[in-house]
Amino acid sequence: MFKRYRKLWLGLGVLIILTPLGLLASGTAFGEWGIDQLMDEVGFIPSGLQKMADIWSHAPLADYAIAGFDGSLLHSALGYILSAVVGTALAAGLMLLFGKVVKD
Amino acid sequence: MHIPDGYLSPQTALPFMAIMVPVWGAAVKKVKQKVKKKHVPILAIGAAFSFTIMMFNLPIPGGSSAHATGAVLLSILLGPWAACLGVSTALIIQALVFGDGGILAVGANCFNIAFVMPLTGYLIYKLVKGNAAAGSGRGLAAAALAGYVGLNMAALFTALEFGSQYHLFQSADGTPLYFMYPIKVAVAAMMSEHLLLAGPVEALVTSLGLRFIGANYPDLLSEQDQAGNNLALEVSQNV
Repeated sequence: MFKRYRKLWLGLGVLIILTPLGLLASGTAFGEWGIDQLMDEVGFIPSGLQKMADIWSHAPLADYAIAGFDGSLLHSALGYILSAVVGTALAAGLMLLFGKVVKD
Repeated sequence: MHIPDGYLSPQTALPFMAIMVPVWGAAVKKVKQKVKKKHVPILAIGAAFSFTIMMFNLPIPGGSSAHATGAVLLSILLGPWAACLGVSTALIIQALVFGDGGILAVGANCFNIAFVMPLTGYLIYKLVKGNAAAGSGRGLAAAALAGYVGLNMAALFTALEFGSQYHLFQSADGTPLYFMYPIKVAVAAMMSEHLLLAGPVEALVTSLGLRFIGANYPDLLSEQDQAGNNLALEVSQNV
């Protein structure tokens, strides 16, 4: 599994290390503004949106960052890389598990 | 392109969830039948790759950002159903663990990025590639076009979904309840970003990714080529 596709796993590792490049684009994507940004971006907060916006507030690594550890670009970059490691491990792990369960 | 909670009314978000349940069911069934055991690691790496690619935000002039998704590359390698499963997994992890994209909106997000996008990309790839080999110039060009159109189709669906909310859901005094711009504004903003910047990047990711696979794992591509000499047959079997 790891040996056969070694180059792909390595490539994934390189991408993970490079992810902080994604932090250089600091703007929020169109239509993804958080409640705290809506006043600046839009000028008002729609009432239905406000009610639903925080339905899920348990994301452990919200915004791909470690809570309270984002004081500098280095901190943000480390949080971002950790997020990439956790996210790729979960995604790959779940798919391998799925393969084990259904392909045997 | 990850719609947060609150941008879609529940009347819009929940039906997308209801559509995705049987789609995921079909995807599990197809992957069970079609994806070989030795290719499961490709599915795992592909889901992780898609997760990572979406972290590379591209700056858009004017203070916005956008990103590629890697969904079409996975679709070309293992078929649209495998891509649906892998990319949905990445999107659900993004919503739950990283607060990227809503929980109620996860059905719509999976519909756009994990269903419309890989399916569109797959059909365009097969159509344009014809009988050429995957690693040939024509194969790589087909992959680039498939990535470009696939991402833009996902962006268009996203814009239509949140843009429609402005017209459908307003309070008594006319203020929007959910997404706050008309559909024209949503489509113009989303499409200019994805047609001009994120689309070309998705084209590059898809084509270079296919080339990397072809250079290092040629057997993976030759198996795909043998399977895909008849588009109609291929599509009826894989879609």
